[in-house]
Amino acid sequence: MSSAPTTTYVMPAPGSRGPDIAFKWVAVFAAAMIVVLIVLVGWELYSGSRLAIAKYGPGFLWSSEWDPVLEKFGALPFIFGTLVSSLISLLIAVPLGVATALFLTELAPLKVRQPIIIAIEMLAAVPSVIFGLWGVFILIPWLRDSLFLWLKKSLGFLPLFQGPIYGVSMLAAGIIIAIMILPIVTSISREILRSVPNLQREAAYALGATRWEVLKIAVLSYARRGLFGAAVLGLGRALGETMAVTMVIGNRPQISASLFAPGYTLASVVANEFTEATTDLYLSALFEIGLVLFAVAILVNAAAQVMLKSMTGSGPIKVN
Amino acid sequence: MAMTESPYLPTPQFARWRKVKSSAVTGVLVVCAFAVIAPLFLVLYFLLSKGFSSLDWNFFTQLPKPTGEVGGGMANAIVGTMVLLAMATVFGVPFGIFGGIYLAEYGSDRANNWIRFAADVLNGVPSIVWGMVVYLILVVPFKGFSAYAGGVALGLMMVPLVMRTTEEVLILVPQSYREAALALGVARWKMIVVIVVRTALKGIATGVIVALARIAGETAPLLFTALGNTFWSHNLKEPISALPLQIFAYGLSPYDDWHRQAWAGALVLMALIIVLNVTVRILSRDRSQTD
Amino acid sequence: MSTLPEAPAGHKVSESLKAAPGPARAAEAGLPADAEEVAFDINNFSLWYGQRQALQDVTIRIPARKVTAIIGPSGCGKSTFLRALNRMHELTPGTRLEGSLRHFGEDLYGPGVEAVAIRRRVGMVFQKSNPFPTMSIAENVLVGLRLNGVRDKKVLQSRLEESLHMAALWNEVKDVLNRPGTSLSGGQQQRLCIARSLAVQPQTLLMDEPCSALDPLATAKIEELIQTLRERYTVVIVTHNMQQAARCSDRTAFFYLGRLIEFGNTRNIFTSPSNPQTEAYVSGRFG
Repeated sequence: MSSAPTTTYVMPAPGSRGPDIAFKWVAVFAAAMIVVLIVLVGWELYSGSRLAIAKYGPGFLWSSEWDPVLEKFGALPFIFGTLVSSLISLLIAVPLGVATALFLTELAPLKVRQPIIIAIEMLAAVPSVIFGLWGVFILIPWLRDSLFLWLKKSLGFLPLFQGPIYGVSMLAAGIIIAIMILPIVTSISREILRSVPNLQREAAYALGATRWEVLKIAVLSYARRGLFGAAVLGLGRALGETMAVTMVIGNRPQISASLFAPGYTLASVVANEFTEATTDLYLSALFEIGLVLFAVAILVNAAAQVMLKSMTGSGPIKVN
Repeated sequence: MAMTESPYLPTPQFARWRKVKSSAVTGVLVVCAFAVIAPLFLVLYFLLSKGFSSLDWNFFTQLPKPTGEVGGGMANAIVGTMVLLAMATVFGVPFGIFGGIYLAEYGSDRANNWIRFAADVLNGVPSIVWGMVVYLILVVPFKGFSAYAGGVALGLMMVPLVMRTTEEVLILVPQSYREAALALGVARWKMIVVIVVRTALKGIATGVIVALARIAGETAPLLFTALGNTFWSHNLKEPISALPLQIFAYGLSPYDDWHRQAWAGALVLMALIIVLNVTVRILSRDRSQTD
Repeated sequence: MSTLPEAPAGHKVSESLKAAPGPARAAEAGLPADAEEVAFDINNFSLWYGQRQALQDVTIRIPARKVTAIIGPSGCGKSTFLRALNRMHELTPGTRLEGSLRHFGEDLYGPGVEAVAIRRRVGMVFQKSNPFPTMSIAENVLVGLRLNGVRDKKVLQSRLEESLHMAALWNEVKDVLNRPGTSLSGGQQQRLCIARSLAVQPQTLLMDEPCSALDPLATAKIEELIQTLRERYTVVIVTHNMQQAARCSDRTAFFYLGRLIEFGNTRNIFTSPSNPQTEAYVSGRFG
């Protein structure tokens, strides 16, 4: 009698057809909003950057001039800065995160595991701007006066560690991003490692393998793809970090071989210069930068989700 | 054939080397674990040592003083953060909850997979992008920065989070509850609201608080929507101050007094986030005991 | 009988030796009792998981180079017992044990005795085959040797062939040794796992219900394989399939509720068991 969908074959209450349908469509609308939002964001960014796209074309992506006065805009320094700072953060955070995940799943007794897990969750809760504040007043002075000097002294033959030391630098940004992505890399890695069947570990133990050998041949090799997905997820997170990076990277649109040199990322330049953008073209160039950032972040995150889903089977891993 | 002693037994030195390698790796893993949590303690320590002494009555009740003058407080920023969080809840939570209801009660498997995938992708959108989009939608057409714009930006960020947590909690409600309600002749929408959602209410609330804790510290989306304000905002159409914005502005300024206040503001913000997180923990623990 | 009898002492084993043994072992019929070498000499062995006692006062002498089957209803402790023989139970936290367990004279739980060394001499094949998915067939077989530092390519190659021959798998995989270990069928994977265990030349091979996940054809192949292993290895196999125990083994041990009820020649256990509970189990009245 009624076309309203029900899970059991029971007649719906009289007079409820209207409200039922209305309720359902509100729910459908809300869910559809998610997909709409992605399209909306992409569209708005695109329309905001139309001016700049028309003026600079694809050359925008590999031009390294950023001169608001002369109205010459190119995104290369920011793409470089985003990539380099993210890469540094991955080099630091992935080994540390996977090692910690191994510690938590394979080695640590329950009493040690719980507090560490809580500490990592707390670390994830610290907002970017507080990391930035801490970075400016605590981390940077220490880097400038200790670690960077030591690096320059011992590894100064590499162009990476040459040049003047200001404190604010690409390396400082990489370090602080690493701290911020450690929680997600660690917790996803933990889930991946937990999904390795015990039978694999037992097979290795039964052959007389030591604990490290069991981890190497039975756990880490099995979990390779998933751990890679965790790293890509960390990359996705690293790409979008704005506030802490802005406060420690130096905000200079230059491309340099030295890790001590100040840099600039896609997110930082938007954060810094958006409200200062005096002309339409300037603002549009910033929108185009935002569009590039959005596109890259979406692709990387989607790739990570696909990788993780293939490892753990069921639904995508919740990321929050 | 008798069992001959295997020639492939490792030499005692090699066996010892394997053991040493295994212990060394164990040591490295332990060090890594503690290296990972060290930054938390470093940050908390400095927040407390640099910020606590500035938390006085003035800080909580006064407005920022003009540039360069010493003193003043962040009263408007604290209130502003609360206002923005409230608005974000109003804008974002209904969409999130209804989206979760769709996933749990109506959606087909295929549609759900896509929607969940989209939600996870949306979670990965850099927060500054949200600011740029809301700028185009709410700031430009209305010719001004406003608390509304800031609230909407934060609210949009909450939607995927709340949707996923709501779905997870609704799925846990046993199917028999739904069938019992329907068998009584209750309308489907009522069944969902009164039975299912009511049962899962604590879990939904927990999910909302988790999302709030996430966006409470967000600065980037507010930079060009709410903009910040050194005075009280008289209505929501005006720019409004917020703790993260104030911390950012003061932190980058050249004034020592403002640096001091930035630390204090950061401490207050962190305390707020910790309170929200602890609330979540308490709520979750109760839930796991009654289930 | 309302009370459980004590675990059989050593004399029961020698008694069954004098009786006619199972298939194709005429050579042993004349051997005096104490000439039979003992693989596992276990006395008053008990094991607890936390508060729960899983094994109670087990005393048994498992003979070398014979197949010993362990049977009993689920939950009787047979898998627990098997895993104690190569210290695999140590992977579960909270286990505690008492009593002595010697393998070819060596105290497995003595001070300074390392589990890693034990497990090289006492190998294990599991209920569900578990080849390492990121390794090829050849790599799977050789992983134990490589871990122990064997690098000589000739030695590795000869061990690879030998082990796969012994596991009756060589002909089926000799041309595809580089395929991943998981690309084989279930029965083949289990034989691969057996080859992997054999490659390190253990003295004893433990098998925990190795055929329970396999179809009858694959099961028959593995039972055939067990027969060929008998001359060189001591095999202890846990099985819930009594016909399998009767077919494959020389000695059978019946466990119930964590205790060893009876241990003797397989033929005796199945045709004329001494203990009424054994009789009840093997005639299918429970379990």
